[in-house]
Amino acid sequence: MSGNVLPLGLLRAGCSAVVRDLHGARGLRQRLVDLGLIHGTKVGVVKNDEGSPLIISIGEGRLAIGRGMALKIMVEEA
Amino acid sequence: MEAAERIKNESKKIVVALAGNPNSGKTTVFNALTGARQHVGNWPGVTVEKKEGHFSSDGKAVQVVDLPGTYSLSAYSEDEAVARNYILFEKPDVVVNIVDATNLERNLYLTIQLLELGANVVIALNMSDELSARQTEVNVNELSRLLAVPVVPTVATRNRGMKELVNSVLLAAGQKGGPLLQVNYGEEMERELAALEKEILSFPVLTGKYASRWLAVKLLESDEALLAELKNYPGLDRLFARRSEAVKRLEAVWGDDIESMLADRRYGFIGGLAREVVTRRKSAEERISISDRIDRVVTNRYLGIPIFLLTMWAMFQFTFTLGEPLIGWTEELFVWLGEALGSLLAIVGAGELLTSLFKDGIIAGVGSVLVFIPPIFLLFFAISLLEDSGYMARAAYIVDRFMHSLGLHGKSFIPLLLGFGCNTPAIMATRTLENKSDRMITILINPFMSCAARLPVYVLFAGAFFGANQGMVIFSLYLLGIVLAILMGVIFKRFLFKGETSHFVMELPPYRIPTLKSTLIHMWERGSAFIRKAGTIILAVVILVWVLSSLPAGVEYASAESILGRIGSFIAPVFYPAGFGTWEAAAALIFGILAKEVVVGTLAVVYGMGEAGLGSVIAQYWTPLSAYAFMVMTLIYVPCVSSIAAIKRETNSWRWMFFAVGYSLILGWIMAVLVYQVGTLLGLG
Repeated sequence: MSGNVLPLGLLRAGCSAVVRDLHGARGLRQRLVDLGLIHGTKVGVVKNDEGSPLIISIGEGRLAIGRGMALKIMVEEA
Repeated sequence: MEAAERIKNESKKIVVALAGNPNSGKTTVFNALTGARQHVGNWPGVTVEKKEGHFSSDGKAVQVVDLPGTYSLSAYSEDEAVARNYILFEKPDVVVNIVDATNLERNLYLTIQLLELGANVVIALNMSDELSARQTEVNVNELSRLLAVPVVPTVATRNRGMKELVNSVLLAAGQKGGPLLQVNYGEEMERELAALEKEILSFPVLTGKYASRWLAVKLLESDEALLAELKNYPGLDRLFARRSEAVKRLEAVWGDDIESMLADRRYGFIGGLAREVVTRRKSAEERISISDRIDRVVTNRYLGIPIFLLTMWAMFQFTFTLGEPLIGWTEELFVWLGEALGSLLAIVGAGELLTSLFKDGIIAGVGSVLVFIPPIFLLFFAISLLEDSGYMARAAYIVDRFMHSLGLHGKSFIPLLLGFGCNTPAIMATRTLENKSDRMITILINPFMSCAARLPVYVLFAGAFFGANQGMVIFSLYLLGIVLAILMGVIFKRFLFKGETSHFVMELPPYRIPTLKSTLIHMWERGSAFIRKAGTIILAVVILVWVLSSLPAGVEYASAESILGRIGSFIAPVFYPAGFGTWEAAAALIFGILAKEVVVGTLAVVYGMGEAGLGSVIAQYWTPLSAYAFMVMTLIYVPCVSSIAAIKRETNSWRWMFFAVGYSLILGWIMAVLVYQVGTLLGLG
C-alpha cells in the first residue's frame, strides 16, 4: 500500500493499481465515475502502447481509454 | 362497442421498459421478447432512437419499450435523460434491468439508481452461462433477497430464461410499490437527506411526481437537469434555500465534490453486495479470458492494422463476390416480370399509355433499384456481424492513432463505417461522440462514405464501361470517398472546429459468437429500409419521372421535348465540362437527390430499359471517362434528402445543413470536371 501516486497513463502493461484521485472537469469525472472508476477501484493496465489509447481492466470489464484521460486518473501502484 | 373493447384492452396492457448498460445484451433480450413485432421511432424532441415492441402472454398484452443503453441516470447525456424521464414520468409498470452477470459491479450501479428512482424492477441476470467459464458463481437468490427484487438468470442469445423472465414481469406488474431500496450514505449525508426529504414532503406537487428520497439525493448532487426542471414549479424557494445550506454544510466537510462522495457510497454498497453474492474461484488477475487472448493478437501493435485491413477487405469481398450472382438472378427475375406483365397487359387490352407506365416506368425504374437489394443485405449482414461479435469496438481502438492525425478519435470510426451501409443512421450514430466538434466533423464528412444506395450507380456504370476492371473502378470510388473525407476532416478541424480536446472512453465488450438470429434481425432492421424506400419514395419518384417524360400530351416519350427533357436540358450545360452534359444525366442527378438509387431508376425510365439492358444503352451516351466523372459526381454531390434531414436534426442548425449541401455540390462538380478535363488531357477521353 505504500506505492507512489502517479497518473494511470504512466503504468506499463501488466501493472495493477488502485484509484486515488480523479482530476479534470466535472463532466469528465462523472464519465469516469459512471464507468466505475472511483476512489479505491482496482484497475489493471492490459495494454499501454505508445500513441494508442490504453486498455484497462476493471473487474471483468475492459475499457479503451484515451491517453489524455488516463493521465488525469491518479493511482497508487499495487 | 369495438372502441370500448379496445379501451378495455388498452387499460389492461402492461408497459415494460428495458434498461441496461450498453453491451449488456439489452437488444438481444428485446429481440427475444418481441421477435419481429417491433417499431422503431424517435423519442419526442430528441434524436435518440426509440424502439418499441409487444408480445402477449397468458392473455395479457405487454408493450415493451427499449430505453437507451446507459451506465447511469445522471442525465449528463441525452440518452440518460431520455431513460430517466421515461421512468419518472411515464411510470412503466415494470422496468426490466438487464444486468451483465460477468460484469456485475458496474452493471449494478445503474440498478441502484433505478431502485432509488422508485422503479418496479425485475433483474434479468444476462449471460449467466459465461460465468462458469470464468469460474465464477452468482448466488441469484441472495442477490434477489438483498435488493428485494426478482432476479431471473437469462441467456438471451439462446433464448434461455425468457419464459421465466416473462412470468416474473407479469407477477411484478400486479404487485407494485414495495419498499424502496436505501443506500446508506453515511451519517452527515443522511442527516441532510432526512431534513431535505421532510421539506420535500410538504410539497404535494413534488411527491406526486418524484420519490422523495431520490429527489433529496439529486438535490444534494446538484443535478443540473433536475434543478432546471424544478425551476418550473412556483414556490419552491424555501426548498432551494434549504438545499444551498445543506450543500454548503457538506462542502465544509467533504470539499466541493458531494457527487463523488455519493457515488463512492453507492459503489461501496455494491461492493458489499458483490462480496455477499459472488464467489470467484480465481482472482481477476489470474483469469485470462478468451477475450483477452484474442485481444492480444487483434489489438497487437504490429498485427492490429493488418488484421483490421484484412477484415475490411473480407467484408467487401463477401458483399460483392456473393452479391454479384445474386444481382444477376434478380435481374432475370425482373426481366421475366416485365415480359409477363407486358403480355398480361396485352391480353387485357390495356392501352399503350398504361403499358408504358408499367413497363418503362414502374418495372424498369423500381426494378433497376431492387436488383441491388442482395448486396445491400449482405453488406448489412457483415456490418451486423462486426458489431455483434465485439470487433467493431476493437476496430475503433486500432484506428484511433490514425484518426488522431485527422483531429478525431477512434470512436468516430464507427459512424463512418456504418456510412458504407446508409449515411442516415450513420449520422444519427454520431450521438455516441461526446465532443461537439468531433461530432460535427463526423457528420459533415459522413456522406463521402459510399453508401449502399450509391452501389447501384457504380455497378451499372462500371459494368457497362470497365468490363473486367469494374471491381477496381468501384474500389477506387470507395477509396476516393475515404480520401475526400479525410481531407475535408483535416480542413474542418483546422478552420472550423479548432481546439476543444476530446476524451476517448469506450467499453470493449467481450468477444461473443453472434447468433444467426440476432445478426439476421439486425441485418433486417437496417436493410428493410431500402425495400421500404423502393416501395415508397422510389416508386413515387419513378412515376413522377415517367409522367414528366410523357408530358406534354403528344410528345414522343422521354424525348428532349418532354417536360423532363426541357428541365434536364436547362441544367445540362453546367455539366458539359464534366463530359456528361446530356439532359438525361442532368435529370438523373436532380432526382438522385431524393435517393441516390434514383439516379439509376431515372435513367431506366428515361431510356425505357430495365437494369438488364440499361448498360448497353448508356454505353451510347457516355464514354468511359465521362462515366467515371459521372460516378464521381454521384458520390460527392449533395447528400440524399434523408441524410440532409438527419444532418439538420443532429446539428440542429439550418446553417450547417445548407453548408453540407452547398460544399458537397461544389466539391462534386469540381471533382467531376477535374476528372474529365485531366483525363482528356492525358488522352483518356
